[in-house]
Amino acid sequence: MSMSPEKPVEDDRKFTINFGPQHPAAHGVLRLVMDLDGERVERIDPHIGLLHRGTEKLIENKTFLQSVPYFDRLDYVAPMNQEHAFALAVERMLGIEVPKRGQYIRVLYSEIGRILSHLLNITTQALDVGALTPPLWGFEEREKLMIFYERASGARMHSAYFRPGGVHQDLTPQLLADIDAFCDPFLKVLDDIEGLLTDNRIFKQRNVNVGIVSVDDVHNWGLTGVMARGSGLAWDLRRAQPYEAYSDFDFDVPIGKNGDCYDRYLVRVEECRQSIRIMKQCIANMPDGPVSSTDGKIVPPKRAQMKQSMEALIHHFKLYTEGYHVPAGEIYAAVEAPKGEFGVYLVSDGSNKPYRCKIRAPGYAHLQALDYLSRDHMLADVSAILGSMDIVFGEVDR
Amino acid sequence: MASVEQLTQHITAGLGDKLAGHFVAFGELTLEVNPREIESVLRFLRDDADCAFTQLIDLCGADYPQRTLRFDVVYHLLSMTENHRIRVKLQAGEETQVPSVTGLFDAANWFEREAFDMYGILFSGHPDLRRLLTDYGFEGYPLRKDFPLTGHVELRYDDDQKKVVYEPVSLVQEFRDFDFESPWEGARSMGANLPGDEKASGDNSSNEQES
Repeated sequence: MSMSPEKPVEDDRKFTINFGPQHPAAHGVLRLVMDLDGERVERIDPHIGLLHRGTEKLIENKTFLQSVPYFDRLDYVAPMNQEHAFALAVERMLGIEVPKRGQYIRVLYSEIGRILSHLLNITTQALDVGALTPPLWGFEEREKLMIFYERASGARMHSAYFRPGGVHQDLTPQLLADIDAFCDPFLKVLDDIEGLLTDNRIFKQRNVNVGIVSVDDVHNWGLTGVMARGSGLAWDLRRAQPYEAYSDFDFDVPIGKNGDCYDRYLVRVEECRQSIRIMKQCIANMPDGPVSSTDGKIVPPKRAQMKQSMEALIHHFKLYTEGYHVPAGEIYAAVEAPKGEFGVYLVSDGSNKPYRCKIRAPGYAHLQALDYLSRDHMLADVSAILGSMDIVFGEVDR
Repeated sequence: MASVEQLTQHITAGLGDKLAGHFVAFGELTLEVNPREIESVLRFLRDDADCAFTQLIDLCGADYPQRTLRFDVVYHLLSMTENHRIRVKLQAGEETQVPSVTGLFDAANWFEREAFDMYGILFSGHPDLRRLLTDYGFEGYPLRKDFPLTGHVELRYDDDQKKVVYEPVSLVQEFRDFDFESPWEGARSMGANLPGDEKASGDNSSNEQES
């Protein structure tokens, strides 16, 4: 086969460009090396790890309680959902039960986290395809939710609130009333945001039939969460493998039909509504009682007890220095985080520190499918696909 | 969701002597296999109608430096249709070529790259076994237990050279690693002896058992 004379002309259309690592549509520090044929994407090689902080290595060198705050720094738009997976893993290994009120508070705050994450994603995805107003509206609501975070834990984002054994502090009745008062006006704001986007011609042109994920792709690439539900798989860990008190609540699992970016957007909006539904049920049926396990060998005592009880003082000292020992063994605990299945594979050797803690972040699996999903799409579609995957680099890079 | 016992029976019957062992702990089924068999075992788990573990949820390494085959490679599979999970483990040494499962699950690609990056576990047949999470030009395998927490190099921007330079880590004081484990419950599980332990050995051994 000899070289045809057209070959060099053909090659003129092909070039490799670098996207990021500092690019507003990269949702963080993502570098993509893209091979293009004209405007058509032939191959994408994502370079990740620019935000790698060695979380897993650090956790191996901390006690179980000291490991909790690292989970806030993974997916930093829904911090408590991550802590939840770690807390579940430790609790299952220790064999302790969280009191009902603690479980309900966890559900309540997990759903707040879900709305936080979805609001960020819906609105910034709109920003990626050219709409500026939705982020301004959505972030106002996120601010209110982060104030709820702050009122419960003292921190807007890095809350360290879900700790093995329960949650750190009880909620005041006023806070519960305020969260309840937030719910209905928020649905109105959600309607407004939807009014901007759902039937918006530009938004649909950029998202409909872009980045289609088939059911086989979901299985093959290990996609979970909205990436799976957008393709019509009614898979939600809250329903399929109920953890915590999720079996007490009434909610629907919305699914998409076509598996494109637009369906994923619709699923996220509907999930926000379902989260509000769960939150309302949570507040209406909030049980009384302790918020964390009363096992003094695991959960530190309250400050007031320490003033009175010698034993509480000793427990406090031991738990904040040595920590507790977790029986040897290994476990995998997963939660339905806003972005998909967030799992923790925890190995304990019976000491006070995790021997190995592998964090299974949903975004990591999703991002590696970017190359496959973007093939033969236009360059501009890449940012739409990336936006609809809901990538946060805290959890991808760990 | 079939019970773990039924699943165990079904899988042990189906795989027979391909399994090196299996156990159930905390309600989770773990299979132990030989690296040679990993591909056929995962293929069975994926394609068998009652298993239907069609998703590779996670693949990771773990380091146990005291063993001859120091690494574990751990596969977590999920079946969305049958709604159950399974863990498959194999042991590998620094030289072992673990067959890549990218041919079975595309999702294995980055997970195997990560395990290679973090532990130096080699996967044979992987299409693109490059480092993934660490810096360009990074040396060493950070999640190995013998890799120091502080790492070996630190970087800073050098104003004279107008570029980022890498230098060996220099700590103003020794890294403070507090060991708060109480000698009577912590140290034994670590297999370590504290200074002074030898004085208590022998005639006081019955005392030790009690605590």
